[in-house]
Formats: sequence, structure tokens, C-alpha cells
Amino acid sequence: MAMAKIRWTKVVVFLLCLGPFLWLGWRFWNQDLTANPTEFIQHFLGDWAIRLIVVTLAVTPLRKLLHLPALIRFRRMIGLFAFFYACLHFLTYLWLDKLFDFGEILKDIPKRPFITAGFAALVLMIPLALTSTAGWIRRLGGRRWQMLHRLIYGTAVAAVVHYYWLVKSDIRLPLLYGTLVAVLLAYRVGTWLVARARPRTSPKRAQPAIS
Amino acid sequence: MLIKKPEDIRYSEVTPKSIYLNRRRFLAGIPAAFLAGRELLSPSARALAGSKLPALVKSPLSTTEAQNSYNDVTRYNNFYEFGTQKDQPAKYAQKFKTDPWTVSVEGEVAKPRKFTMDEILKLSPIEERIYRHRCVEAWSIVVPWAGYSLSTLLKQVEPTSKAKYVAFESYWDLKQMPMARPEIAGIKFPYVEGLRLDEAMHPLALLCVGMYGETLPPQDGAPVRMVVPWKYGFKSIKSIVKIKLVASEPPTTWKMSVPEWYGFYSNVNPNVNPVRWNQKTERRLPSFFQNHPTQIFNGYGDQVASLYAGMDLKKLY
Ligand code: HEM
Repeated sequence: MAMAKIRWTKVVVFLLCLGPFLWLGWRFWNQDLTANPTEFIQHFLGDWAIRLIVVTLAVTPLRKLLHLPALIRFRRMIGLFAFFYACLHFLTYLWLDKLFDFGEILKDIPKRPFITAGFAALVLMIPLALTSTAGWIRRLGGRRWQMLHRLIYGTAVAAVVHYYWLVKSDIRLPLLYGTLVAVLLAYRVGTWLVARARPRTSPKRAQPAIS
Repeated sequence: MLIKKPEDIRYSEVTPKSIYLNRRRFLAGIPAAFLAGRELLSPSARALAGSKLPALVKSPLSTTEAQNSYNDVTRYNNFYEFGTQKDQPAKYAQKFKTDPWTVSVEGEVAKPRKFTMDEILKLSPIEERIYRHRCVEAWSIVVPWAGYSLSTLLKQVEPTSKAKYVAFESYWDLKQMPMARPEIAGIKFPYVEGLRLDEAMHPLALLCVGMYGETLPPQDGAPVRMVVPWKYGFKSIKSIVKIKLVASEPPTTWKMSVPEWYGFYSNVNPNVNPVRWNQKTERRLPSFFQNHPTQIFNGYGDQVASLYAGMDLKKLY
């Protein structure tokens, strides 16, 4: 893709990611948040956090499968938007549910398993958001940066567990996200196994032809 | 106050003060300019009306707390037969056929019989009962129900000495309720609930045929449901077709589904917190904040606590 085209596509992806937030604001403005506004807002933000986590995980497989390497240029933005929605989601818990009663919050996070899992998912995203800049990639070095950013696998699993544990009986959506995450992680395992089985195709491990 | 309005004003035409108050409270910190004009908008005219009930008898059991709007109570429902999302029953229950309707009252009784809806409506004067309604999901509302004590109906069939519990069953029909399948909703159907006989005979236990002065809309459990205000909302079974008096504790839907979260009694209790829920406080809708302290027995302790004398409510939750 040409540079200009990528820049424009970035604007579009940015607006797409921001769209749900603007939609939520619109519904707030219109007092159209159902009889239980907090539940609506909290679920809406949680839904978009997990959706964007799945999209972020899908970037690498999609760029290979669709032969669209330029997709990588949108991954950071989508990941940061996932973090943005997850933070707002957490804020609804801290503010609307708990009224910033940190004594209660500190007891609640370890006590209720689904809250523990959600919290773990969010905490694992913090180092990724902090080191998402080009400067940090340079400082850490590509390889170490990549290792660190595998924490997103943990986030995705914890987010699915969080969702699965919190639903009352209708497990269709947590199962759907669980399946998507399982497929996307299986892709990683698959490529790793393939790379290991054929070490010579990997240029880094290839032995010099003449010793 | 709402109840002092002339008879012919529909509940939906006035927005209870509480809604304004709550909105003001929440929005206090937000620039006033942003809000200009918004509060002038009252809830839109309602599309989901039932038919008007004859003049209701006022009840001393009613609360004077601010009521929720008709809109809130008819567009936000847990009624898994019509979908597991809160906005689904209002959409998918509209064609629910509730006429003709009969309720079979049977089991350990001297005179088992079927009641038509007409008979139920005429059995006793219909009272207005304004109750607090507390969901296990830690939100609560105040609703002006219409009906009479279940005991009135039960006395008609003369429970025998073997009757110790009352088992209720909801209507179930996949043709009208295509989502009422375990693979979809994750619970078994038909929905079943139960009370101990002394609970069922308590005057507060309401056999409910209406709300806001009208018959029940389908998504709220038409044509006849229970309202047991000191228990979590799921105990108040909807669209009842069978009431059976039995000798031992009957199975109940949510307890069968996740016994760690839901007990047979499920009395509202801020001191019983199975891991899924935090019941110490609740959100009095439409407030945004979960800052309303939960009262034991949902504030009906003076009337019902004696039913549970000597019971360990932490074990028998
Ligand atoms: C990456 C982080 C997280 C993701 C992806 C996530 C995702 C979700 C999702 C998908 C839902 C259900 C929404 C629905 O039913 O439509 C949800 C609900 C919820 N989450 Fe999270 N969550 C995260 C972190 C957290 C954290 C850190 C907390 C609090 C410590 C939290 C607390 C809650 C609560 C209280 C609910 C609502 C449960 C209820 O309605 O009873 N979540 N979350």
C-alpha cells in the first residue's frame, strides 16, 4: 500500500474504533440507556473491549492469509482502543458500582472469581500499552518487545474466562469469543510447530552454506 | 406524588420525580450547557399498553416510595422464554396469546380445579400493591402491581395437611417462545418455582394480574404471575399455568442451574453473598450508582422475619 493510502486507511480505522464510544455518547445524550443505564454502559464497554482484543489477535493471521502485510500498521491502534474500552469498563466498576471505595474494591477483586479474571486481563494490558511506542520497541529490541507483547494471549484468555464466569446461564457469547480466541491462538501454535519442523527455512537459524 | 394524580392520567404520561432527581444527581458534575433542554423530554408515549382494570383497592401493604416509570418496567425484563437479553421480551413477547388462559391448582388439596382468567379476576377485589422489587443482579425498582394475596386462591382449593410446599409452573410453548430452549437460554423449561406453604399463605405474597392500573403486558408475565417482594425477583414466577401443592421442597429453575448462586429461599439478604454477587448494596433504578443499602428481606422483615425464626439464613439461603 502506498503511504498516503495507509494514512487515510488509518483515519478510517481510527473512526471505526471510536464509533462505539460516540454511539454510547449519543445514547447518553438522548437518555436512551435503558432502565438500567449502568448495566448498559458497563456491558457495552466490556463487549467492545473483548471484540477489539479479538481483532488485535486476528491481525497477524489475516495479514498472512490475505497477503496483506500492511495490516500490521493498524494493530497498535486497535490494541490501544481495546485498552481504552477496557479502562472505561473498569472505571464504571470503580465509580458506578463501587463509588471509589478502595477498601471494598481490594476485597472484591480477589473474592469474586469473575472480577479477578477481568482484573488480570486488564493488568496484563498495561505493559503493552506503555511499551507500544516506536521508542520502546527500539529500547527493548524487537525480539524482547515481541516476547513481552505475547502477554496479549493471557489477556485474551482471561477476558474469555471473565465473560464465561459472569454470565448467568446463556453461555453462547462467551463460547463464541472463546472459540475465536482458541482458533487465533492455535494459529500461533501451528506456525511455531511448522517453523520448528523445518528449521532450515528460517533464515535466522540457517547454517552458513560453507563453513 | 404520582398516586394522587387524577384517575384518567396514565402512568406513562408523568415521569416520576425520582427519575428527574436521579438524573440530576448523576449529571450534577457535567457542564450545564450540555444538558440544556434534555430534561424537558419526558419518556415517549407508550406502545405497550395493557387494558385498564376496574378501580383498584388501595392496600396498607404499599410503599410510598417513588415509583419507576411504566417505560422502565416494560422495556427491561428478565423473561428467558422470550430471550436472555433484557430488551428482548419487550420485542418478542408482543404476540404472546394469553386468552383463553387457565391455571390448574392441584396436588395435595381437597378441591383441585382449574381457574379461568375470568374466574381469577373475579375471585376477590383487585388491590393495588406498590412493592419494592429487588433483582438478584443487585438492582431494584418500585412497581404498582395489581392483584390479591395468593392465599385467597389457595383457600379455594383447601390444602390438605400433607401440603407443605407450593410448586409453580410457567407456560412453555416453543411455537410462541422459540428461544425457550436449554441450548439457547442455558436453563431448563418450563420455568418452575416454589414457596413453602407458610410463605405462600403470607398476605404479602401477591397473585398478580396487573400493574400501573392495567392488565399485565406480556413481557411482564401476562396474564397472571407471582410477586414475592421479600425475595429476589426470579422467585416471582411469570405466566403461571400450574400451581401444585406438594409434600416436599420442589425443584426450582435457577437453583437447578447454579445451586451455588441461587438457593430455594432466595430471601433478599445483604449478609449472604455467594461468590457471583455482591448483595450489600443495590442500584435503585434509574440511578447510575450502586449505593442504596440492601435491606434484609428487602425491607419487609417486620412482616416476614418470623417465618424464618430459628433458621440459619446463611445456610438456607
Ligand atoms: C480486558 C479486560 C476486560 C474485558 C475484555 C472485559 C469484558 C467484559 C464483558 C464482555 C462483559 C459482559 C458484557 C455483556 O454481558 O454484554 C463484562 C462484564 C463485566 N465486567 Fe468486564 N472485562 C474486562 C475487565 C474487567 C475488570 C478489570 C473489571 C472489574 C474489576 C470488570 C468487571 C465487570 C463487571 C462488574 C461486569 C458486569 C457483570 C454483571 O453485569 O453482573 N471487567 N466484562
